[in-house]
Amino acid sequence: MSSHRKLSYSLAINEALHQMMAADPSVFLIGQGVKSPWYVGDTAQGLLERFGTDRVIDTPVSENAMTGAAVGAALAGMRTVVVHPRVDFMFYAFDPIINEAANWHYMNGGKLPVPVVFWGIINRGGEQAAQHSQSLHGMFAHVPGLKVVMPATPYDAKGLMIAAIREPNPVVFIDDRWLYKLEEPVPEEIYEVEIGRGNVVRAGNDVTVVASSFMVQESIKAAEILVKEGINIEVVDLRTIKPLDENLILASVQKTGRLVVVDGGWRTCGLAAEVSALVSERAFGALKAPVVRITLPDCPAPASAILEKSYYRTSADIIRAVKGII
Amino acid sequence: MRSLGGNVDYPKNLLVSFYRQMLRIRLCEEAFVEPILAGEVHCPCHLYSGEEAVAVGVCAALTEEDYVFGNHRSHGHYLAKGGSMQGMVAEIFCREMGCSRGRGGSMHLIAPEVGMLGAAPIVAGTISLTLGAALASTIRKDGRVAVTFFGDGATGEGVLYECMNFAALKKLPIIFVCENNYYATHMPIRECRVEREIHEIARPFGIESRQIDGNDVLQVYDAGLQAVEKCRSGNGPVFLECLTYRFRGHVGPDDNVQGSHTDIRPREEIDLWREKDPIKQFENYLTVQRIMTQEEMNTAREEVTREVTDAHGFARRSPSPRVEELERYVFA
Ligand SMILES: Cc1ncc(C[n+]2csc(CCOP(=O)(O)OP(=O)(O)O)c2C)c(N)n1
Ligand SMILES: [Mg+2]
Repeated sequence: MSSHRKLSYSLAINEALHQMMAADPSVFLIGQGVKSPWYVGDTAQGLLERFGTDRVIDTPVSENAMTGAAVGAALAGMRTVVVHPRVDFMFYAFDPIINEAANWHYMNGGKLPVPVVFWGIINRGGEQAAQHSQSLHGMFAHVPGLKVVMPATPYDAKGLMIAAIREPNPVVFIDDRWLYKLEEPVPEEIYEVEIGRGNVVRAGNDVTVVASSFMVQESIKAAEILVKEGINIEVVDLRTIKPLDENLILASVQKTGRLVVVDGGWRTCGLAAEVSALVSERAFGALKAPVVRITLPDCPAPASAILEKSYYRTSADIIRAVKGII
Repeated sequence: MRSLGGNVDYPKNLLVSFYRQMLRIRLCEEAFVEPILAGEVHCPCHLYSGEEAVAVGVCAALTEEDYVFGNHRSHGHYLAKGGSMQGMVAEIFCREMGCSRGRGGSMHLIAPEVGMLGAAPIVAGTISLTLGAALASTIRKDGRVAVTFFGDGATGEGVLYECMNFAALKKLPIIFVCENNYYATHMPIRECRVEREIHEIARPFGIESRQIDGNDVLQVYDAGLQAVEKCRSGNGPVFLECLTYRFRGHVGPDDNVQGSHTDIRPREEIDLWREKDPIKQFENYLTVQRIMTQEEMNTAREEVTREVTDAHGFARRSPSPRVEELERYVFA
């Protein structure tokens, strides 16, 4: 088939689920809203009809138990994908994710793997306020025993979902509703995007911009504007935020000598802090300017659209930051 | 139990206040439909139309000192507890004069001055907070009662059961008010639980529990009074399951009718519940019992309509929060 077949980000996830469920009878999907387009967009479309209620399980509002069940099923030999239609709802599930799943393999001396995917959707904006807007990837990445992936493109969304399902241990897969309509060519066959590997999505010599998820798209926008002014930024899409592709980041900074880290999470103890610490430890000599972090302020998400507009970071913030260090 | 089915010996002004409060909620809710459709109101609004008797009946049994916590569908709880309508409408327009200063929107209504300690949309998230308010009351021995409003959907969350156990253990003055409207977002209750008698869940914890017609304001009030009395005399907690129905769909003005894009509820079911409209039923009661004349009801309706229009005017005139103040209320 044509390698130019285009797919939206959300349908790329959907295709990964269809193909993995068809390929492996131990894969199943559980979570709130898997039968409803309100919750998970079109990411789950057609799954229920095709695989039935045994393997596509919409649930009562019981995040803690459902997530624990996902972990237990994985311990009992299934490959579970448990979806949380908003990452905000995952706080109830932190215990099975962190105390149990993340620790299980280690604290039992490697006796039993936990092949579970914790799929959390970032769903923000629209004046939904503090409990319906959060991005919690930094918290997950803090925890030993969890891999954390955050695809920025349809191609990576499919490839990382497949890789996550195939991993023998827990992976937190975080996507963003703001990316769902993004389209690009996506191969029809099953393929993996290797977990732990970033991607230079735009080469440049002047400044390295490290980003993930939706902020990669904002960084590309910034790059397109900056290039017209003769500034070439290199955009590094992390794709996986734990484990970080350290060599890719360091190699880029060695080349450019300047770093802007862009993250859709909060500032303190966040992903951007981690990346800048890595660079100051391992590439200090290459730096020609201080590292700049672009993050959410240390502030809950406001409701008011006017406040939201100043809360969320955009390409304009990236452009300003880049210009500030060259 | 007193109910719409019989004569009650309440003073006229109390009955009139039930009527006005229910009307205030209904007309205020329905006045959001246009601004939502016009894109003037952006925040998700979970409308309370159809469920007014629950908030009004329960809150009428409380004093201003008593505490209430709400959930995502709390416009009615807030108004019934005495929160300012202007403050609520301005909040839903996300304006600085809103009760949460535009930071919270529809799902974060608060009026501490009248005991409304807040509402928040994490399902079951405020139940344990209510438990804490009840605990504060027993530590201080100040006789306050705390009411937690939650939906049938919240019975899926484990924290509810933890709270019931502790409340019973410590005889806390908390009233668990479950608004059973038979749906949790897109899920009909039969897909969420096998045992549909929600009031039964409290008994194993040693909690007095009853199921009431949540569309009968007199029944709710009566049950509320008895629950409050029990709690105040140190014999709490109490669990009330109020059977009711939301006229609108889960969020916004959409009705979630089968066959539409939000394909959930049978048209006949919605029509059936519209027949049981708590306000219509109460109007009928007031007429039959000769408590209010049609003219008096019309006047009430006009006055409330004016109040709602004024509140919208107030909201629209209110400035938006200032960008420079984005981080103003962040503690750390
Ligand atoms: C922890 C959590 N999980 C999921 C949701 C999404 N959600 C919002 S309201 C709701 C169901 C509410 O149903 P119910 O409690 O019956 O209240 P109703 O809307 O019927 O008044 C759900 C699942 C949420 N807000 N919080
Ligand atoms: Mg409900």
